[in-house]
Amino acid sequence: MKKFAAVLAACAVLSISGAAFANAIVMNGSTTVLPIAQAAAEKYMAANSDVKISVSGGGSGNGIKAIIDGTTDIADSSRFIKTDEVKAAVEKGTYPVPFAVAMDALLPIVHPENPVSDLSIEQLRDIYAGKIINWKDVGGDDKGIAVVGRDTSSGTYETWQDIIMKKERVSQRALVVASSGAMLTTVAKNKYAIGYDGIGYVNNTVKPLMVGGKKGSAETALDGTYPIARFLYMFTKGWPTGEIMKFINFVLSDEGQKIVAETGFVPLRVLK
Amino acid sequence: MKDRLPGIVVKGMSSAGIFIMIFILYFLFREGIPVLKAVTLKDLFFGDLWYPAENPPVLGMFPLIVGTLAVTAASSLLALPFSLLIAVFVSEVAPRSVRELLKPVLELLGFFPSIVLGFIGMVVLAPWLQETFDMLSGLNLLNASVLLGVLTVPIVSSLAEEALSAVPGDLRDASYALGATRFETTRKVVVPSALPSILSASLLGVMRALGETMVVLMAAGGAAIIPLSIFDPVRPLTSTIAAEMGETPVGSPHYAALFFGGIVLLLMTLGINLLSAWIEKKGKLVQ
Repeated sequence: MKKFAAVLAACAVLSISGAAFANAIVMNGSTTVLPIAQAAAEKYMAANSDVKISVSGGGSGNGIKAIIDGTTDIADSSRFIKTDEVKAAVEKGTYPVPFAVAMDALLPIVHPENPVSDLSIEQLRDIYAGKIINWKDVGGDDKGIAVVGRDTSSGTYETWQDIIMKKERVSQRALVVASSGAMLTTVAKNKYAIGYDGIGYVNNTVKPLMVGGKKGSAETALDGTYPIARFLYMFTKGWPTGEIMKFINFVLSDEGQKIVAETGFVPLRVLK
Repeated sequence: MKDRLPGIVVKGMSSAGIFIMIFILYFLFREGIPVLKAVTLKDLFFGDLWYPAENPPVLGMFPLIVGTLAVTAASSLLALPFSLLIAVFVSEVAPRSVRELLKPVLELLGFFPSIVLGFIGMVVLAPWLQETFDMLSGLNLLNASVLLGVLTVPIVSSLAEEALSAVPGDLRDASYALGATRFETTRKVVVPSALPSILSASLLGVMRALGETMVVLMAAGGAAIIPLSIFDPVRPLTSTIAAEMGETPVGSPHYAALFFGGIVLLLMTLGINLLSAWIEKKGKLVQ
């Protein structure tokens, strides 16, 4: 019985110390936004020791679902909310408010040894639809094209579908990888491959292609000349108040946008 | 009261376990069955296009089911003969010292983290396959089958070895007494009498390959097509569920279809389980 009392007391102490973080923020959603969310949360917690932010990346759909169900405070999403989701939210009496926090530009990537350096949107579409199957048809060597795409439910795929494919379907024969990192590895290891990845993930193991003569970069994404770019969002339950509002303001501040740039994405404005 | 306490605890624990299993089953069916509101059972099973993110979604699971079956069958064909040879070697041929070394090594390999294997498949095996056979990509059925084979060999060989060791010494002695050589004894007496257990060990290995997710997610290529050669990429049910569940709106037909894929997998495993139980029962009758 004494032991039991001791355990009970320990639990009580633990729950009190847990409650010491009066300002707990739960954040969930897109794995694309995750690096920004995580770095921003760390910086914010370092400056405000009484705030506890827990970040997890379950995907844009899960994040928005959590906002609708009220199980999260902030949902990270690499896409805008869908009409069905708005309807579900309104039915449950919540009103998701979007904040654009950064821009992401997708770069078509190939193996570094590939001589091709520029493709038009139409060429990219035909390659992904399986209509162009040899590199020589787009000015490269006479060899097959190994098309690598992302899972149909990822935010990255949706952006590619909306901007490049439009109504066309990605060929069934295209390889499908499950993450941005897997995309990079797959293309870096295969000299026939073409893929696409967020600007934050592309490094020198692969060769980024220009799109219609436009080089993808922070500047060209922001000024709108580079075609494959999208906004990244954080959604809140209704208009944010208190600590959540302060955190969103922090992400949108110069300091927050610097984090965006450091994690490889495009800040919303040119920083000094 | 004190005497009855252990009984109550055991009963409580085991019924909690069964209750949780039933709850999981109920949950699987509750989330999966609504897909039939969006597509007919025939289109779901035999439709050959999987474009779940379109509006309306195109949910043909045939390539996924074929992908699961293909990768399971190919890996079993690769792994089972190896496993049985290893089992016979460890149990019947190897001297005691070698057996005592090999047995724990096999058992340890059985717990090899599959994500490490998947990574090897992606970074080492895929580029090698592609260079060697000059194919478009090394992420395909062959790659995933080899890796799944590596995963199943230790499990099957370890269990089959136990089955062989369990054959009573009297039987071996009788065989030797009749003048049979060691090879004859192994082939005609030991292996046949352990056959039912060896078969259920093999089926356990098949189930391991069927349910494996990480390896196929990383190494199978992920294209939802019906493979016409072992160099074609495939997209098994497990990797489809793992890759798509996180990003799909909860409650959508696509979400339900993924749960339905889980039901299909469960039924496949159940089928193999029943087969294994039947074999074991048959084996007992023979003995």
